[in-house]
Amino acid sequence: MEPAMKGPAFQVPTEAAEAASAQRGSTRRRRVSRSMIAADTPTRHWIGALGLLVFLAIWQGSAVWLRDPSTLASPLAVIQTAWTMVHAPFAGSTLGEHLATSLNRFGAGFGLAVVIGIPLGIAMGWFHRLDVVVRPLFDLLRFVAPLAWVPFAVLWFGTGFGGPLLIIFSGAFPACVIGAYGGARLVDARLLEAARMLGARNLKIMLEVVLPSAMPSIVAALRVAAGNAWQSLVGAELIVATSGLAYLMVRGQMNRTIVIVLVGMLVIGMVGLLLEWFFRHFERFVQRRLGAIAA
Amino acid sequence: MTNGGEMSIWAQRTTALGSIAGLLLLWWIATGPAGWVDTTRFPPPSDFLESLRQITFGNYAGGDLAKHAWTSTSLVVRGFAIATVLGLSLGLTVSLSPFWRDFLMPVFNFVRPVPPLAWIPLALLWFGLGDVSKLFMIGMAASIPLVINTATGVEQIDRTLLAAARVSGASGFIWLWHVILPGAMPHIVIGLRLAMQTSWTVIVAAELLGAIWGIGKVLTAGKDDVYPGMILVGMVTVAVLGMVSTYLLTWLERWLMPWNRR
Repeated sequence: MEPAMKGPAFQVPTEAAEAASAQRGSTRRRRVSRSMIAADTPTRHWIGALGLLVFLAIWQGSAVWLRDPSTLASPLAVIQTAWTMVHAPFAGSTLGEHLATSLNRFGAGFGLAVVIGIPLGIAMGWFHRLDVVVRPLFDLLRFVAPLAWVPFAVLWFGTGFGGPLLIIFSGAFPACVIGAYGGARLVDARLLEAARMLGARNLKIMLEVVLPSAMPSIVAALRVAAGNAWQSLVGAELIVATSGLAYLMVRGQMNRTIVIVLVGMLVIGMVGLLLEWFFRHFERFVQRRLGAIAA
Repeated sequence: MTNGGEMSIWAQRTTALGSIAGLLLLWWIATGPAGWVDTTRFPPPSDFLESLRQITFGNYAGGDLAKHAWTSTSLVVRGFAIATVLGLSLGLTVSLSPFWRDFLMPVFNFVRPVPPLAWIPLALLWFGLGDVSKLFMIGMAASIPLVINTATGVEQIDRTLLAAARVSGASGFIWLWHVILPGAMPHIVIGLRLAMQTSWTVIVAAELLGAIWGIGKVLTAGKDDVYPGMILVGMVTVAVLGMVSTYLLTWLERWLMPWNRR
C-alpha cells in the first residue's frame, strides 16, 4: 500500500491543487484586509515623498511669507546656518565643539548609570532579600522626574560638568536597573540547578549563567536608557549648562533668532536617531551572538 | 528562582516599611547628630518639615503649596487631554487609511526624533511664557508616543476578528468604537502611560525655565535662595503628583479594559 501512496501519480496533482487553493485563499484574504486596516497594504513611497515635499514647501513658503526671523526660518536657511556654524563659532564654540561637549556629558552620565544600575539590577533580581529591602527605596526615587534634580544638581556640583551629569544619570538609571532586574529574574531554573549540581560557585554562576541569560533584557534596557539619557541631557543643558547643543538653542531663543533654535533641534534629533540606530544594531548583534552560543 | 529564599507577602511589606524607616533614620542621623552631611547642601528632616509647614500654611514663591501644585496639575491635565485627542486621532488615521499613512508617516518620522524638551525654546519663541506655550509643549511631546502606540495597537489586532466583524456588517462608528478601539486598547494604554510621564517631565522643565506659579517655580526659587528644605519639598511634591497620576491611570486602565480585570 505504501509505495502507491508515495507514487508521483498520486501526490503531484494534490500538491499543485493545494498550492493553487492556498494562493487563491491568501489573495482573497489580502484583498479583504486591505479594506480593513492600513498595515496590510504595502507602503507607496512616492506618496511619502509627496508628503515630505508638501511639508517642506509649506514650511519654506510660510517662512518666506512671514519674513520674521524670530518666528520661522526656512529649511534652506536652517541648513545654511548649520553649515556656517560648523566653521564659525556661536556662543563661544563651533557646532562641532558644542556637539562634542554634549556627547561627552551624555557618555559620562549614561556610562555611570550603566556601571551602577546594571550590577544593582542583577543583584536585586538575584538576591531576594536585597530586592525586598532596596525596591521600596528605588520605587520612591523613580517617581522623582529627572529634571526635579536640577536644583540639587546645581547646588552640589555646579553648572559645568557635575550638575548636568547628575541629571543625565538620574534619567538613565531607572531603565538600567529595571532591565537588568527583569533579565536576572528570567534565568532558567533548570540551568541554575544544572550549574549548581555540577559544582559551580556563586560567582561563576553569576558570570556564566545569570549574566548571559539576562543579556537580551539588558541590551534592550540600554537602548531605552540611552534615549532617556539623551532627553535628560537636553533638559539639563537648557536649564543649567553654559555650553552644548541645547544651550545653543537657549541662546537662539534669547536672541530671538529662531534659525539657531531650529539648527539645535535638527542636530539633537539627528544624534538621537543615530543613538537609537546604534543601540538597535547592538541589540541585534548581541542576540545573534547569544543565539550562536546557545546553538 | 532566586537566592536567599522567598518571603511571605507580609514579611515583604514589613521589610519594605522597615527599609523606608531605615532610610529616614539614616537621613536624620547623617544630617543631625553625626553631622556627616553639610546641612546647607541637604536639609535635615526638621528643615524639610519647617519648609513644608511654611509653604502649606504660608507663602513661598508667590503662593502656597496648593496653588503651585494646582497650577502644574491643571496644565498637565489639559495638555494630556490635548495630546490624547491629537495622538489618538492621528494614530487612528494613519493606521486605518493607507493613503494617510503613506502621506503623513514620513513627516511624522522627520519630527519624531526631536526629544520632548527640545520643543521648549521653540514654544517660548512662538507663544511666550504663558499657559498656551506650555500646553503646546505638552501637546506636541506627549502625543508622539500615543500615535506610535495606537498604530502598533491597531496593527496587532487579530485579522480573523476583524474579518469576522466585517462580515457581520460592522462599519463606520460601530467598526471604530466596538472593534478597532477595544482591539488596540492594550497598546493605547501603554501610550497613555508614556504620554503622562512625558507631560510631567515637560511641565517640570518648562516651569524651571519660566513660570509665575507651579512646582518648577518652587524648585527654581529654592535653588536661587539656596534653600535645601524647600527644594526637597518641591521634589517630594513632584514625586507624589507623579505617583497619584500613575495610580489614576491604572484605575482608568481597568475601566477601559474591563475584560482584563483581575
